[in-house]
Amino acid sequence: MNWDIIAENLGFYAQGAKLTVILTVVSLAISFVVAMPLALGRNSHNAFLRNAIALYTLVFRGTPLLVQLFLIYYGLAQFDLVRESLLWPWLSSALVCVILTFVLNTTAYTTEIFAGSLRHLPVGEIEAARAYGMSPFTRARRILLPAMLTRSLTLYGNETVMMLHATSLASTVTLLEVTGVARNIALNHYIMFEPYVTAAAIYLVLTLVLVLLFQFAQHRWAGYLQARL
Amino acid sequence: MLGGYVVSVLAAGWITLSLAFVSLILAVVIGIAAALARLSRSRVLRVTATLYTSVVRGIPDLVMMLLVFYSLPALLSQAAQDWGYDVYIEFSPFGAGAATLGLIFGAYMAETFRGALMNIPKGQLEAAEAYGLGRFRIFWRILLPQMMRLALPGFTNNWLVLAKATALVSLLGLQDVMFRARGAAEATAKPFTFYLLAGGFYLAITAISLFILSRAAKRYELGVKELAR
Repeated sequence: MNWDIIAENLGFYAQGAKLTVILTVVSLAISFVVAMPLALGRNSHNAFLRNAIALYTLVFRGTPLLVQLFLIYYGLAQFDLVRESLLWPWLSSALVCVILTFVLNTTAYTTEIFAGSLRHLPVGEIEAARAYGMSPFTRARRILLPAMLTRSLTLYGNETVMMLHATSLASTVTLLEVTGVARNIALNHYIMFEPYVTAAAIYLVLTLVLVLLFQFAQHRWAGYLQARL
Repeated sequence: MLGGYVVSVLAAGWITLSLAFVSLILAVVIGIAAALARLSRSRVLRVTATLYTSVVRGIPDLVMMLLVFYSLPALLSQAAQDWGYDVYIEFSPFGAGAATLGLIFGAYMAETFRGALMNIPKGQLEAAEAYGLGRFRIFWRILLPQMMRLALPGFTNNWLVLAKATALVSLLGLQDVMFRARGAAEATAKPFTFYLLAGGFYLAITAISLFILSRAAKRYELGVKELAR
């Protein structure tokens, strides 16, 4: 066993873990903000808006993340228009492409989770808000969104774990997050066992932290939904 | 000229599909076994199954795949050499891919099946026991048919995720749709076209699966709706 090589490279793992956490948190933060209005739109009376959002979520939930990532990172360079545009310095960067792909992907899943909870809100709550004369905006801000978010906590918790795990794909486009670091060490030192086991252990710990965070959030904000005897 | 590449990408569809089906069968078998183990009277079985489902669900698919494809053979070869055999063990990408996906989705299936088993009314089991049915017949004739209905939504979801996750095996060198798309993208310098084609293939699998499985769900729910009225 070559655990001393892992010990020597712990600094790289720490940097990798930092990038993994950054990718996860940034993607989740952006998608959280974007998914809320999209979830409202997904249940809107406007058929065009509703179907356009449904098409977006179908396409991004129906294709592998790896395909989406390669499509954006390698695929966009096919068009001269993109390569000559002002955005090219950003779109040629692996980090930007990775975050863009992750946001597009996780927003699709989050939108469906939020929209699903929205559909299961008791009709009475919405009717009561209307009876109080709340404007559509106040209704969304004070009734729909808070109720939607608390009801989504369990599923959204799963989605954040999925996002954490999905960041491992960033290693396929040269980023050195935990998986990328493990791959590098494996190839540089010709050892196949220890680097990947270490990476797996890091992901396990990060997953555990996320799960505990969501258990706390569940307890804190969704306690009232729990059936009591 | 592009036509030839398109055909070669789509012709790899059967490799993607057979990988997906082999993994699905493995996942269902492992899932049922783990679900039964989690609900069994034996403490050892319960703890082992719980440990399996939580560890597997805490590690990214890609890392799991690298562990099975690179780390496990390295470990086995090392063990063989320690015992005095001079062999080098290697897995095929297909075998390692199917084993990994079976292992990962076995854990997700276990959760789905466990939920379904727990929702079967207890009185039915007692009635079956009172009729003197053996344990195997109770499982086969009472539990399994009802489990199919209750587990179908979760099963559908797991299958859709599994079908997309097969794209990761292209990173191990399996010549599936994604691998061929990558080859075609590099050969023709048209990455967007070919990754889009690959995306379309996975989207078609998703759409067809949703169509078939939603019909199956209607079929299994026939009797229930009648009773609930």
